[in-house]
Amino acid sequence: MNKRRDFIGMALGGGAALGAAASLVAMKRTWDPLPNVVSAGFTTVDISSLQEGEMMTVEWRKKPVYILRMAKNDADAQNFLGKRNFQIGDAIYTIGIQVCTHLGCIPGYDANKKEFLCACHGGRFNSSGINAPGTPPPKPMTIPPFKILEDGKKILLGEAGEEYNQLSDKE
Amino acid sequence: MAEIKKANGLIDWLDQRLAVRSLTKVLMTEYWIPKNINFLWAMGVLLLVLFSMLFISGLFLLMYYKPDVNLAFDSVNYTIMTEVAYGWLWRNIHAVSASMVFLIIYIHMFVGIYYGSYKQGREMIWITGMLLFVLFSAEAFSGYMLPWGQMSYWAAVVITNLFGGIPFIGPDIVEWIRGDYSVADATLTRFFMLHVCLLPVLIMAVIAIHFYSLRIPHVNNAEGEKLDFEAEAQKYLEGKKKESKVIPFWPAFLSKDIFVIFVFLALFFYLACFNFNFALDPINFDPANNLKTPAHIYPEWYFLWSYEVLRGFFFSSSFGLAMFGLANVIFFILPFLDRSPVVAPAHKRPAFFAWFAVLLIDMIVLTIYGKLPPEGINVWIGCIASSVFIALFIILPLITKNEKAGGNQ
Repeated sequence: MNKRRDFIGMALGGGAALGAAASLVAMKRTWDPLPNVVSAGFTTVDISSLQEGEMMTVEWRKKPVYILRMAKNDADAQNFLGKRNFQIGDAIYTIGIQVCTHLGCIPGYDANKKEFLCACHGGRFNSSGINAPGTPPPKPMTIPPFKILEDGKKILLGEAGEEYNQLSDKE
Repeated sequence: MAEIKKANGLIDWLDQRLAVRSLTKVLMTEYWIPKNINFLWAMGVLLLVLFSMLFISGLFLLMYYKPDVNLAFDSVNYTIMTEVAYGWLWRNIHAVSASMVFLIIYIHMFVGIYYGSYKQGREMIWITGMLLFVLFSAEAFSGYMLPWGQMSYWAAVVITNLFGGIPFIGPDIVEWIRGDYSVADATLTRFFMLHVCLLPVLIMAVIAIHFYSLRIPHVNNAEGEKLDFEAEAQKYLEGKKKESKVIPFWPAFLSKDIFVIFVFLALFFYLACFNFNFALDPINFDPANNLKTPAHIYPEWYFLWSYEVLRGFFFSSSFGLAMFGLANVIFFILPFLDRSPVVAPAHKRPAFFAWFAVLLIDMIVLTIYGKLPPEGINVWIGCIASSVFIALFIILPLITKNEKAGGNQ
């Protein structure tokens, strides 16, 4: 008699546990980003008008992305070539998500000092987006996946191309 | 089935069916409070009044608020503030209550610490109270997002980014909490749900548990005196009211509390009607812009102390994050860090009094420097004050362990 009653209790407990686990999965999935959010992650940028030493900021996945055509007198242009900077013709470009790696504010670029400065907590990055030691940001700004189109006139953000794959500082 | 007789009135009719007379005794007229307390013991009832005002003003705001990134800002700043009759009043009451509720919570907490009302059987009162503090913090943060101004948006960015500090799964957690690559409509709507439904329900449930946790150990008193509540209640019921050390919750205790409530409400409505700007950040009157960060991001005043702990350890943001997490939960284990069996006001416990004073001053310093930009000397003061805060909880067991029992009992 008891064994049969134990079975009923265990069946109830097991069923309830399965139901709870399934509910948790459903709740977790409900909070996931929607498919249209995930798929809307591609932006094409025209960089043909960018002058030397000039920076442009575009929006990609609701985040600002900077594209900087580095100045000839910027030593960091050569220093981090292949690491964080890439070449199109004889111009050197660098690209990154313009979000401070400390707490997610947006650092501004100072063209004279050739550095990014974050107003929130004083974080600094050099022109290649590498965090200055002794300031709050723990790591360089993230490089988004990109692909170069039309012989270097345009850049597609969101898809990993050859130049992106060759960079050594992609995290 | 109980024997139901013909009732001799409405109360009797209800009493036969719902036992309202016994219920009133248990909850009100025979719930005993020590006589030996001062106005600082009125803060709990004050918090109940403030929570009620938040709830009611929230209901009226909810009728016109629109949880959508394109509509939220104007629904608050245009519709509610300029078109809805008395909408401005509901909003000011809601904003000022939100600020004041934290002021009173902090007073309520420090009264508990000062008089040792968190130990010797009263641990659950303290722990459920801390749980309420955490729930109120979540409620405040989720509500702060809703007007969708610049500070709403960037506070949401910074706070959700904190989860990125979790090892390995951090970045995925951040995206999951936001429901998008950045703070967006999905984030607003889910925090709206938390603010207007889930968290208020949890808060009400924990308030009930917090009240219940008082029943067995009873309210502490200004001397930390151990009372035999049954014996003292017996004296009161026999008519020796002068001799007894306790009074009933209703009408005796609450009558004086109601006086305190009215004094407070006078101040409160002065603030809500003539001086409400302290509770509304000017930056939040700019609509949210995800491509432009305000020059300084800081939380409301009541979170500044823990914000300063977060950024105080400037040499390592991971360490700062860990200490921030610790600072927010360390108060939970206060009853177990205080190793002394003595329940007495702090001025009768010299070492503990010094500890209490340093804690209070340190939290005020952290609050001041949490608002200042992290430049020059501020960085070092913030670092020292954050270190002192953490150190205080490490040394508390050591300074209370050797405290002599008795002497003041």
